[in-house]
Amino acid sequence: MSKPNTFRAGVDEDGHFGIYGGRYVAETLMPLILDVEKAYDIARADDSFWSEFNDLMKHYVGRPSPLYFAKRLTEHLGGAKVYFKRDELNHTGAHKINNTVGQILLARRMGKTRIIAETGAGQHGVATATVCALFGLPCIVYMGETDVERQAPNVFRMKLLGAEVRPVTSGTGTLKDAMNEALRDWVSNVEDTFYIIGTVAGPHPYPTLVRDFQSIIGEEVREQIQEAEGRLPDILVACLGGGSNAMGLFHPFLDDEGVRIIGVEAAGLGLDTDKHCASLTGGKPGVLHGNRTYLLQTSEGQIIDGHSISAGLDYPGIGPEHAWLKDTGRVEYVSATDSEALEAFQLCTRLEGIIPALEPSHALAYVAKVVPAMEKETLLVMNMCGRGDKDIFTVAKHLGVEMKGE
Amino acid sequence: MSTRIERRFKSLQDENRAGLVTFLTAGDPNPEVGFDILKGLPAAGADIIEIGVPFSDPMADGPAIQASSLRAIKAGMNLAKVLESVRDFRKIDDVTPIVLMGYFNPIYIYGVDKFLSDAKAAGVDGFIVVDLPPEEETEFCLPAREAGLNFIYLTAPTTDERRLPRVVKHASGFVYFVSITGITGTFAASASDVEGHVARIKKFTHLPVCVGFGIRTREQAAEIARIADGAVVGSVLVDIVAANVDLPSLPEKVFELVRCLADGVRLAR
Ligand SMILES: Cc1ncc(COP(=O)(O)O)c(C=O)c1O
Repeated sequence: MSKPNTFRAGVDEDGHFGIYGGRYVAETLMPLILDVEKAYDIARADDSFWSEFNDLMKHYVGRPSPLYFAKRLTEHLGGAKVYFKRDELNHTGAHKINNTVGQILLARRMGKTRIIAETGAGQHGVATATVCALFGLPCIVYMGETDVERQAPNVFRMKLLGAEVRPVTSGTGTLKDAMNEALRDWVSNVEDTFYIIGTVAGPHPYPTLVRDFQSIIGEEVREQIQEAEGRLPDILVACLGGGSNAMGLFHPFLDDEGVRIIGVEAAGLGLDTDKHCASLTGGKPGVLHGNRTYLLQTSEGQIIDGHSISAGLDYPGIGPEHAWLKDTGRVEYVSATDSEALEAFQLCTRLEGIIPALEPSHALAYVAKVVPAMEKETLLVMNMCGRGDKDIFTVAKHLGVEMKGE
Repeated sequence: MSTRIERRFKSLQDENRAGLVTFLTAGDPNPEVGFDILKGLPAAGADIIEIGVPFSDPMADGPAIQASSLRAIKAGMNLAKVLESVRDFRKIDDVTPIVLMGYFNPIYIYGVDKFLSDAKAAGVDGFIVVDLPPEEETEFCLPAREAGLNFIYLTAPTTDERRLPRVVKHASGFVYFVSITGITGTFAASASDVEGHVARIKKFTHLPVCVGFGIRTREQAAEIARIADGAVVGSVLVDIVAANVDLPSLPEKVFELVRCLADGVRLAR
């Protein structure tokens, strides 16, 4: 593939990143998706939209999140200098809120009065329920029934925030089915409803607008690392579920040739088993949920459920822009297993006093593996995109600890 | 050269009646019984047969059709076998039009070019691919047309007059009006609503208009047959399969309902 002049141009006018992306939706939804695109084109060119967004980012979300030099981890690993972008300190505990704030502002501009969302781990559901509480809009969150069980604390959090959580039993009752169900709800409630998608996936314009809202992560890092080190980083690392925290960190750096960019997928029990969730490194291109991208699927094109210890990573697809960045070779995609992530989770907790979510623990596992062989002058920034409070029950179970009160 | 679909609508016009279009998922509850049902549909009164190609994630369908897809996949149904059953069907019936209905991914994975030539050779007449709106027509819809097959475009209540010309621009065979903003198997639109929409669509195309989503009874089928060129019935047939999966007389149960719906359609005008 020939190298494009820029990796930041975004989609063509039909919403494709190369062959990926697009608008593979039923006709009933098509006019709605065109409306969202039109509304977003107007909003993104309007300074007042961004000043409202930035004001909420600062005073409600708590941005900018710090760029923190992880000194003890760096000493322990003995190679590159490791920085964490502390998006786990955001209100609600993850990067997801950057996106939900942006989308609810758009929904309000469009005059929509009812919000729906899908969620896996529950972080996006919580972030959506939160902004709905903030703006007084009714919120319905679709969640696979297995996740409803696995993520009980987040289910309760959403309910406290006033959202209705609808367990999804259709299909295989997982995140992909929650997304199907949200799309079905949208088809059935076209007049008043806005669908807040939780990652850089779905039909155009979602991959673009979610990326734009999350890019605040990478934009802050550019300034912060200049301030701390006087130069750009050498390496960026982030975990990938649908790919939104990674895209938010990566996108502002895509045209900086000297910056090596690495995305870490969930390898579950291993890429050589059928229990993983690595769409880019273990799947192939297909069409699902409105876009063409890499998918976990059978040789006959049926979608397979992913597996990961982290509920936030087990989506069988990946944002289409990542698919394009993989094929162009601009971003490297690797993976980390459940047990590597668990180990990294504990390492970070003990050395840095930071309990990471299991999702960024995958990024950390990769960091821990490669940093020791790197030069000490190398600068690495990892996106600490979520905190691990939600995961302590899962971790306890895997460590053989029984906890009461849950 | 006309297609079976075009010839069928011509003869329906001569009879001054609408057609009954049946939808069932291929290989539901299993490939053998599914084929027995398929074979018997024309005699029971189906004028056009839609065969659902099973897909794991049918986002525009309700629980009934999704469950039927999963039953069929579990029983070993796949796209190659769907084509095989069309080939077998054509040995006994060379006039009833067959439309494959489904989602793009299984076709994409099979390979668009190979699929088009295999489908044509098997005796398929047209396609409805739910997740290929006009915005995504270049890869499959237009090549299908060039291959002499019909690609049937969907219109919905949300498709307004500004958009309709775009949607029907490359349509052939017939235009499918999805009569509700909702998923399959939920509720029915009112006849007067449907009538207005059909008239609106006909301002932009000379093709026949078939109406689907929500038709469950003989009366509803008759009502639609009065105001459109075809009534599509799916979920209620799929429900019969689901409720009688292990019953030896399952095909007969399906035919009974098809006969009843066909009566409604035939006596409508
Ligand atoms: C903390 C955290 N990180 C990452 C993800 C994965 O999503 P994405 O790849 O879109 O960032 C999730 C999803 O729930 C999450 O909660």
